[in-house]
Amino acid sequence: MTQPTRRTADAVPDGPVPAVDVPAVNVRSVSRIFTARKGPGITALDDVSLTVAPGEFVSLIGPSGCGKSTLLRLVADLDVPTSGSIEVFGKPARQARIDQSYGIAFQQAGLLPWRTVAGNIELPLELHGVGKVARRARAAELIELVGLSDFATHYPDQLSGGMQQRVAIARSLAESPSLLLMDEPFGALDEMTRERMQNELVRICAETQAAVVFVTHSIPEAVFLSNRVVVMSPRPGCIRSIVSVGLGDMAGRGEDLREDAGFFRSLSEVRELLHGDTPSTGPAAPTGARGVETR
Amino acid sequence: MLTSSEQAAPLTRGALGVATAHQPGRSGVYPRLRPGLFGLAGLALLALVWELYKTLGPADGVILNGVTVLPRTTDLAMPHLAVMFERLFEPVTGAASALPLWLAVLQGSLFTLGIAAVGWLVGVTVGLGLALLMQRFRLAESAILPWIILSQTVPLIAIAPLVRRWGAQIQFGEFTWASWMSVALIASYLAFFPVSIGALRGLGSPDANHVDLMHCYAAGWWKTLWRLRLPASVGYLLPALRLAAVSAVIGSVVAEVSIGLRGGIGRLIVEYAGAAGGDPGKPWAPIFGSIMVGLVAAGFMGVIGLFLRRFRRGEVAA
Repeated sequence: MTQPTRRTADAVPDGPVPAVDVPAVNVRSVSRIFTARKGPGITALDDVSLTVAPGEFVSLIGPSGCGKSTLLRLVADLDVPTSGSIEVFGKPARQARIDQSYGIAFQQAGLLPWRTVAGNIELPLELHGVGKVARRARAAELIELVGLSDFATHYPDQLSGGMQQRVAIARSLAESPSLLLMDEPFGALDEMTRERMQNELVRICAETQAAVVFVTHSIPEAVFLSNRVVVMSPRPGCIRSIVSVGLGDMAGRGEDLREDAGFFRSLSEVRELLHGDTPSTGPAAPTGARGVETR
Repeated sequence: MLTSSEQAAPLTRGALGVATAHQPGRSGVYPRLRPGLFGLAGLALLALVWELYKTLGPADGVILNGVTVLPRTTDLAMPHLAVMFERLFEPVTGAASALPLWLAVLQGSLFTLGIAAVGWLVGVTVGLGLALLMQRFRLAESAILPWIILSQTVPLIAIAPLVRRWGAQIQFGEFTWASWMSVALIASYLAFFPVSIGALRGLGSPDANHVDLMHCYAAGWWKTLWRLRLPASVGYLLPALRLAAVSAVIGSVVAEVSIGLRGGIGRLIVEYAGAAGGDPGKPWAPIFGSIMVGLVAAGFMGVIGLFLRRFRRGEVAA
């Protein structure tokens, strides 16, 4: 695990980081076709290319079935592309997974119910042979980071959904990865908890300087969090457009950003792209993509 | 005073955003004693029905169209409960050296319990081993599972003489096959079944989510087994182990009879049943003994469950 070099906040530019470094994620013309028992397979992803710079926050947004989760699973090497290649920090996705180059969080917190909050956060460290003392210290640090200091010895069933998700995020950060993969981590949370968690994620990202690939179907969430928003369209899943959100660096993003004019500008830009050129594609997308939440 | 502090505790925890699993017990004071009390009440009810029918029922039983649907109520067919218990404290036979009946039954019970424990251990080991094999290799599951189910359709009485004959031929070095080992083997034959089925389900029970996570951590099969699959299977394993314990006891008792092993409760049941004609209280003693053995075995499983309580949290909430 290489601790990312800590850059000063003002050195992080808006939008894409100059591609001097090896990109955090490099997806090159990747397709994924799920074979069906009969008939033609389902093309979940069709010739998708995407680069994520180190320290960059990129959201994947699109209606259900546009392949955004599939793309994330491919980057995580939970699935293998039918064609094309994926590199994470210059290594093939499989090697990157084995080297633990990324941390991951899913829509379900996925905590082990028989482990305490601290035990759950220690799990990846334990699996990779980190000593007990170092494990304890790291877990305590992360519990502090996600603001659950009073709950270290609680079990998951004693926590609310938002708290469980915070533990999952702490767990994904356990090995100080330079890349975080998040699959709708706030999808199951209520609106208020969700906004609070978004604010916290922004703070955590500013502190850890990790690159993030974030799957969501909420436009404000994508715009609020990201340097770039990747708008995807379904059947076959492909990238429709990439919107650069010029909302300043992570450290400067706060609650008042949600009232900012730039925020609304990017919001409507993403919304138009999502609803855009398909005015009459049948019931699936009547007046724009209903599959996309506008909250 | 007590109620106010009880009410305050969940309130403060709720304010901290903790979902409390606390539910006020309906019975109030002794919620943990309730199952035990109901169990005793059930026992008392059974005794009451026995004595009531004995008093009120016709001496020749109830016969419908030549078929006896309810037993006779004579002292020979249905001794008073008091007779059964008094008989426990009398000697087994009229001989001067005879032990009190309860002591003889206790010795037999312990003998059978020991054999059942060995059978249980062997059965659990084999059952777990088979489940692991089936979990690891898809091919093994389709190859072994039908045989496991088929194995339980063979009647115990049929395999007992086989096991005994084969066992008698086993002899290497110091080791000779003893009859009690045949009994333990038959007990394990019954015990392994629920364990292999329960463990197979339990090992396959983790969410896809959790399996994905272990995959992301590049954890191999053994690490995934130890950190995820085994802990997740506890909720399935405990009932299976309990079933296995009861099966092992029944298997031991039946196998003792069919193999003809002396010293255990099974043999006592057969022996004392012969005395029923003149001594109606006597056959009930080994029956109580075998019930006790079953209860001890089930209680032991309860203790195991207590130690594994942490792993059963998932049963409450995900």
